[in-house]
Amino acid sequence: MSDLRVEALTHVYSAGTPFEKTAIQDISLQIPSGQFVGLLGHTGSGKSTFIQHLNALLKPTSGKVLVDGEDINQDKKTRRAVKNKVGLVFQYPEYQLFEETVFADIAFGPKNMGLGKEEIEQRVREAAHFVGVEEELFQRSPLELSGGQKRRVAIAGVIAMRPGILILDEPTAGLDPAGCRQILDNICTYRRESGATVIIVSHNMDDAARLTERLIVFNHGTVAMDGSPEQVFSRPEELIKIGLSVPQATSLAMALREKGIPLQGSIYTHAQLMAALKEVGVC
Amino acid sequence: MLKDITLGQFFPGDTPVHRLDPRSKILLLIVFIVALFMASGWAGYGLMILVTALCMAISHISPRNIFKGLKPMLLIIVFTAALNLLYTQGTPLFPGWPITREGLDRSIAMVLRIVLLIAGTFLLTYTTSPMALTDGMERLLNPLKKIGLPVHEITMMMSMALRFIPTLIEETDKIMSAQKARGADFENGNLLQRAKALLPILVPLFVSSFRRADELAVAMESRCYHGGSGRTRMKQLHFQALDLWALALGALLLAAMILLRHFGL
Repeated sequence: MSDLRVEALTHVYSAGTPFEKTAIQDISLQIPSGQFVGLLGHTGSGKSTFIQHLNALLKPTSGKVLVDGEDINQDKKTRRAVKNKVGLVFQYPEYQLFEETVFADIAFGPKNMGLGKEEIEQRVREAAHFVGVEEELFQRSPLELSGGQKRRVAIAGVIAMRPGILILDEPTAGLDPAGCRQILDNICTYRRESGATVIIVSHNMDDAARLTERLIVFNHGTVAMDGSPEQVFSRPEELIKIGLSVPQATSLAMALREKGIPLQGSIYTHAQLMAALKEVGVC
Repeated sequence: MLKDITLGQFFPGDTPVHRLDPRSKILLLIVFIVALFMASGWAGYGLMILVTALCMAISHISPRNIFKGLKPMLLIIVFTAALNLLYTQGTPLFPGWPITREGLDRSIAMVLRIVLLIAGTFLLTYTTSPMALTDGMERLLNPLKKIGLPVHEITMMMSMALRFIPTLIEETDKIMSAQKARGADFENGNLLQRAKALLPILVPLFVSSFRRADELAVAMESRCYHGGSGRTRMKQLHFQALDLWALALGALLLAAMILLRHFGL
């Protein structure tokens, strides 16, 4: 339960060398406590650079990041402390598992926070419960688990720090449909029960449309669109121009409109599509 | 910070040095090193410096890049200079100080040797692509196959190792960020604590390296790779007139060094 404010954030990689590259430019936005935000944008649009600023892994070239009204880049101490407030799950987080047991790996974050033994144990159990990792697995090596299980253990490792803001970079990449659904359900459970702000980077427009309350679209290091899924998906042509796709329901609705069926309103879920079709008397 | 490593870096270009056959370049480097260790007296070292500077100018490699490569060796260079300066017997330069004339001469000579040695080696790696380098190495070592040395396999391993250096650096960066996000601390604490803090990086790095090696082996085998026997190449190496001239100049340099040494100039 933390709110986030970004003010005129700019990041330039390798400044002052021939390889200089502006990854994000002059980004200002505010994410209130508890919001579920989807971050969209094609590869190289600056999403990854942006999210690494939110827990001070990267230092802004200029601009500010404020968590709960406090500038996180004031000094070394705030840069460290913010990592306990803002949990960041990287892409393919299972490649960071290193401990001998699942329990020890989930406990790595809380241990770094300097918590007591009982508190750590409680948090590990709680985090494991959120992501559906059974306690029988606690003493197994994380490396013997299945791909989906590994990923859930890795996410639990971040959740165990009880971040007020949870950021996930493509948490479902490379998983089978069942695994995807399970991970997304876990994230929703965590959000519901802890009230945390959740920011999720995704390429899956259907997931983004179904889960989030707000979508922020990145393009060439700036924010191209920012609004509710309804607002963003009511401009499908712009999304396609940027090189992104639209939810299946939206693209079907677009095709039907082109054929002369006058569907009304912004359509981005199957239910909306069904309702609109009923309205015009097609089914 | 990890991105500053220059090992095995290659600057593409189209200068006579770039165009030389990799085999001649390797041979010339050996000639250069032998000449360097035969050099004596100011004339000899002066000539070596001149040759190195000339090669750098022809190949358009700026001295800045060479010095960047020298940086990690700085400690060894300073150490060698200090040892030679302080522990050589001879006539003292200043009364009461342990520094002698001979010591000063020798430490300057040693520093020059190390710097030129590194500069020469960097000239080779900067102007030759890793592929060409291992190719040349394989052809030069070919005779050793007769005594059972797996030349092709060794050079193949070398080129793969070079190929994976940037990949591993990138991977390390990624894992480090991820563990930092979980509150890992790599900058504070005593030596033991810091060594222990590396574990969360090393274990995943090892795991992923083995996975990568496995995948690479499968990919190579599925393209019918079965070692060196009967393997042909897309880019054949050919000696040209340029190579002959370069090798002749190399021989001349070596002869000059022998003469300079013999006549004690």
